[in-house]
Amino acid sequence: MTSLPLVIELTILVLAAFLGFEVISKVPAMLHTPLMSGANFIHGIVIVGAIIVLGGADDTFTKIVGFVAMVLATANVVGGWFVTDRMLGMFKRRPEPKKDERS
Amino acid sequence: MISDPDVVGLLYLVTIACFVIALKFLSSPKYARKGNWVGGAGMLVAIGTTLLIEGIGNWALIVVGGLIGAVVGVVGARNVRMTAMPQMVAIFNGVGGGAAALVALAEWHNEVGPAWDSTTSIVLSALIGSISFAGSIIAFAKLQELLSGRPIVFPGQNIVNILVLLAAAGLGIAAIAGLHEQWVLWALVAFALLFGVMFVLPIGGADMPVVISLLNAFTGIAASATGFVLDSTVLIVSGMLVGAAGTLLTLLMAKAMNRSIANVLFGAFGQVQTGAGTARADDGRTVRATTAEDVAVQLSFARKVIVVPGYGMAVAQAQHDVRQLADILESRGVDVRYAIHPVAGRMPGHMNVLLAEANVPYTQLSEMDEINPEFAQTDVALVIGANDVTNPAARSDAGSPIYGMPILDVDKAASIIVLKRSMNPGFAGIDNELYLDPKTTMLFGDAKESILKLISAVKST
Repeated sequence: MTSLPLVIELTILVLAAFLGFEVISKVPAMLHTPLMSGANFIHGIVIVGAIIVLGGADDTFTKIVGFVAMVLATANVVGGWFVTDRMLGMFKRRPEPKKDERS
Repeated sequence: MISDPDVVGLLYLVTIACFVIALKFLSSPKYARKGNWVGGAGMLVAIGTTLLIEGIGNWALIVVGGLIGAVVGVVGARNVRMTAMPQMVAIFNGVGGGAAALVALAEWHNEVGPAWDSTTSIVLSALIGSISFAGSIIAFAKLQELLSGRPIVFPGQNIVNILVLLAAAGLGIAAIAGLHEQWVLWALVAFALLFGVMFVLPIGGADMPVVISLLNAFTGIAASATGFVLDSTVLIVSGMLVGAAGTLLTLLMAKAMNRSIANVLFGAFGQVQTGAGTARADDGRTVRATTAEDVAVQLSFARKVIVVPGYGMAVAQAQHDVRQLADILESRGVDVRYAIHPVAGRMPGHMNVLLAEANVPYTQLSEMDEINPEFAQTDVALVIGANDVTNPAARSDAGSPIYGMPILDVDKAASIIVLKRSMNPGFAGIDNELYLDPKTTMLFGDAKESILKLISAVKST
């Protein structure tokens, strides 16, 4: 891993915060639940950390901790993505042509 | 194998761009799903890149761990009901936070005498990740009704909570100051977990939209802190994007309740249990009950009907039947709209997802500010399982606990029909002025059964 100076990392952090606020303030209230589950999916990026820890583990302790982190992070990524996709698939402009008889 | 850190960094930059695009696309329901695919592609790039970094081993463990996680994730995501979405989001917040805390623990274990800046990141990652993990589990338990949705309180609670948090913070400061012992971080994690449990326990069900948003922000910030631990820009940026999203939603939800975040977190709102509500006001006005047949006539001959759904509709799983009723009314030329209060349900946007699941086109769903002026031209407002968000006391009664909260102007409609299980007061434990309004009639019973009765009554009208 590249080791960046702390000040540069902090700069990136602050800019990311502003970018996040800017982009997310445009999301309509209607889509706030998918926004939350989408954000859920994105924080699954912690899987990168889990892979680095587990992939570099030499002792049993680190292996166990890294393994649990890997399971949790993957569940986070995969579950977060699927549930967001499922939900967004439900938002439609008009009802689908009614196939079943309703009245 | 990728050995050049610049290549890794560039590939991670692709991921960052994908995530930002994914969030950008969420500004319209038309493109949102495509955006999620872009985000998914970005995640695959990040995972693929990380796996190929030189020196990554323990492949068997990585694959097995990944498979277990993936199976759990897919099964959970496929089977969850839309009414249970808040629980699902809570649990994903929790696992993300837990993973961040575990990464911090592993780094603490392996780094020999880390510098103060790296220790600070480890401490923050462990602290916030653990609070998020434990808090989310409690939020999940409350939403799933494994625990009471009512606030769980005891005397001196806030002081105890502050002491627990101070203990965790003190250990963190000791670690940063150079106390590099294994137990320090473990103790810190223990106190942080305890704090996570304790701070969610006193928060009641209807305040969950704020808590889930806040826990979402916590997990994002924990992931970001993990990025500092591992010097990974993709973690720093992605975590912070989530941190920003969670923070923004927390502020929006608190604003929609007209309460400060501190009041939500420490106020133990809604603990007043008044038991059965009053059906009679002091000045002699009474609640009027009605029948499905009566309501059906009103609905059938209305020009415009606004449906106001609330958590009660979700509990009764009535969204599909509501849609069916609306379809029948529309086929008879009635203009049907849905009015969605920002905090209706148990998480931001909860009602929209439920109605979208029931195939209600999103063009029929209106936000509060957009629909409020329309109530005055509405013949019938049909309130289904919503309570506090329709209470006119929020506008007029300065003594009411919900005074100042923006509400749906349901009382401006020509006629108001409230579907309600019983006269029990809403979450805030206060009586709803709306029910005593001479224009209001009540249809008592389970929301789903009532709607089904309405459907058959409307059909025979």
